[in-house]
Amino acid sequence: MQYCGDFRTTYEKDVKIFETPFVKICMGFLGVALLALPFLVKGEYLWILMQIVIAVIGAVGLNILTGFTGQISLGQGAFLGVGAYTSAFITAKMGLPFWVGVPAAGCVTALAGMIFGIPSLRLKGLYLAIATLASQFILEWVFLRWEPVTGGSYGIVVPRPSLGGYVFDSDRSYFYIVLVIAAVMVLFATNLMRTRTGRAFMAVRDHYISAEIMGINIFKYRILSFAVSSFYAGVAGALYGHSLRFVSSEQFGISVSIVYLAMIIIGGLGSILGSIYGAVFMILLPKLLTVVTTQLGTSFPGIAEVAIALEQGVFGGIIVLFLIFEPDGLAHRWKMIKAYWKLYPFSY
Amino acid sequence: MTTQYLLQLVISGLVVGSIYSAVALGFVIIYKATRVVNFAQGELLMVGAYVCYAFLVQMHVPFGVALLLTILFSMVLAMTIERLILRPMIGEPIISIIMVTIGLSLVLRSAVSVVWGTDILVYEPKLFPQAMLMVLGVPVSLEFVWCFVLSIFLLVVFSIFFKYSKAGVAMRATAFNQQVAQSMGISVKKIFALSWIISAVVSGIGGVLIGNINGINNTLYHFGLKVFPATILGGLDSILGAALGGVIIGVLENLFDGACSTYFDLAGVKEVAPYVILVVILMIKPYGLFGTKEIERV
Repeated sequence: MQYCGDFRTTYEKDVKIFETPFVKICMGFLGVALLALPFLVKGEYLWILMQIVIAVIGAVGLNILTGFTGQISLGQGAFLGVGAYTSAFITAKMGLPFWVGVPAAGCVTALAGMIFGIPSLRLKGLYLAIATLASQFILEWVFLRWEPVTGGSYGIVVPRPSLGGYVFDSDRSYFYIVLVIAAVMVLFATNLMRTRTGRAFMAVRDHYISAEIMGINIFKYRILSFAVSSFYAGVAGALYGHSLRFVSSEQFGISVSIVYLAMIIIGGLGSILGSIYGAVFMILLPKLLTVVTTQLGTSFPGIAEVAIALEQGVFGGIIVLFLIFEPDGLAHRWKMIKAYWKLYPFSY
Repeated sequence: MTTQYLLQLVISGLVVGSIYSAVALGFVIIYKATRVVNFAQGELLMVGAYVCYAFLVQMHVPFGVALLLTILFSMVLAMTIERLILRPMIGEPIISIIMVTIGLSLVLRSAVSVVWGTDILVYEPKLFPQAMLMVLGVPVSLEFVWCFVLSIFLLVVFSIFFKYSKAGVAMRATAFNQQVAQSMGISVKKIFALSWIISAVVSGIGGVLIGNINGINNTLYHFGLKVFPATILGGLDSILGAALGGVIIGVLENLFDGACSTYFDLAGVKEVAPYVILVVILMIKPYGLFGTKEIERV
């Protein structure tokens, strides 16, 4: 760890993802821990862990669109749904393997994202947020009504992946697939933000008129960020569908979009690391609240119903408090903690 | 499709649309003065409906008093929200403000479920006499007529308020440029509080009207979601736009639904029609019919 700021003297140092050997070792340990975890935790806990890893993919995707390119989207839930249904259709109804279904889900969702991103040619900020809200409701309606493809209100039962003769049947084996895909996609996103494209995204976010003057084709990059973001959403949705082995329309409502938006805001807008923190936080929070409320409900049976209603309110309240007291997100707080230790006795 | 049926669709659309207009009005007032998009607008409506129910049915207060108490409650609620939640968010990016109002909406929804449960509650006695009126040969319930008249009344009152009253002019000035307004001696903080209060009161009255017709339960906040297309259609910062947007969305969604269920075998178009209209409008006129076009320079 450097003690008095970052002094990078070569280009190689500047473009490194892991700045120091210490960070590299830490990441190594994290990797080993993640690989070992399925053997340490069981049942529901493993399932929650898997949901976190899937949510990381979706959150990184949304952060590319909202955090890096500055386009607020309230439709992430529906895009997850497009991915889930595409993969479900390909694997369950066409009989193709999982390994075709997931990338196809990404591509189809990217296409859908580009179509619903067209309004971004003329809209931004609030108007775009509400246009994406419209796409959420339109897609939700399509999920419910396009019965030959989506199974309507019955949903679709989807298989788990298999390779050769081996079926990734258990949560444990499926977790590894999810983990590898997530790791690759997070690394890709981190690197994407360091390329010409990523910097163009950020320029469009910071000041789109200036960006245009500098020769950035803003429409191209806005649509591109919709495409990349939706690709991530599609893959996350497909993985989610296969993890539940069942896809139905109520899994992809507006509340999912809100949870994803909350993830990236609480984690930190425009930060890949922040998306990860946010995903962990927002998946664990409802589970924790459920534990607390069921405990309350069993110890005071009279208030069981109230406790369930309270859960949602506490969830909303925590989001509000977070935004008021930690507006820059967890990633920023983590940076402050690191800075505090670095500068320790001279923190001012 | 007969003319009779068509007329019926249009008239019921007008009535529902007028309530959309009232809620959209609340939405526009907040946006106009504070540049905050309030995703909890539907919840304010829901709270209004429930509070009026509590006074009217649970405590047996006469309707006039109950309505006044509801308005008072909405005012206090709005002031609390503005002071505790929105004021610390001044200067934060738009997305954080959207999120904070979404969080607020979850809190309000949960509070309502905790206090009143999730069953459908009915206003007893009904506020307006139960009678049928013939309008152009179509039977219309008197409740609907009252609803329509009251919503229009609210819209007219607030158009006049904004145009001619001192507070209204101050609110428009604040909307135009907060710093300049402040230096002209307008208390921007007071204006923010005032706009939240007016908005909550208007939505609360809307809630009472809807509650009286359909009964109330904890899905009433859906009205808030329908209001987005209405507001955007008219333009986010135009009162006239809110009024027309609400009515247009109300009528169009009914016509869409009627047409689709008659000619195609498609039910439930009503839920998405406003959003399809919204997307189309946004492509053609990005700032809505009457919205201010923002001109940006580097």
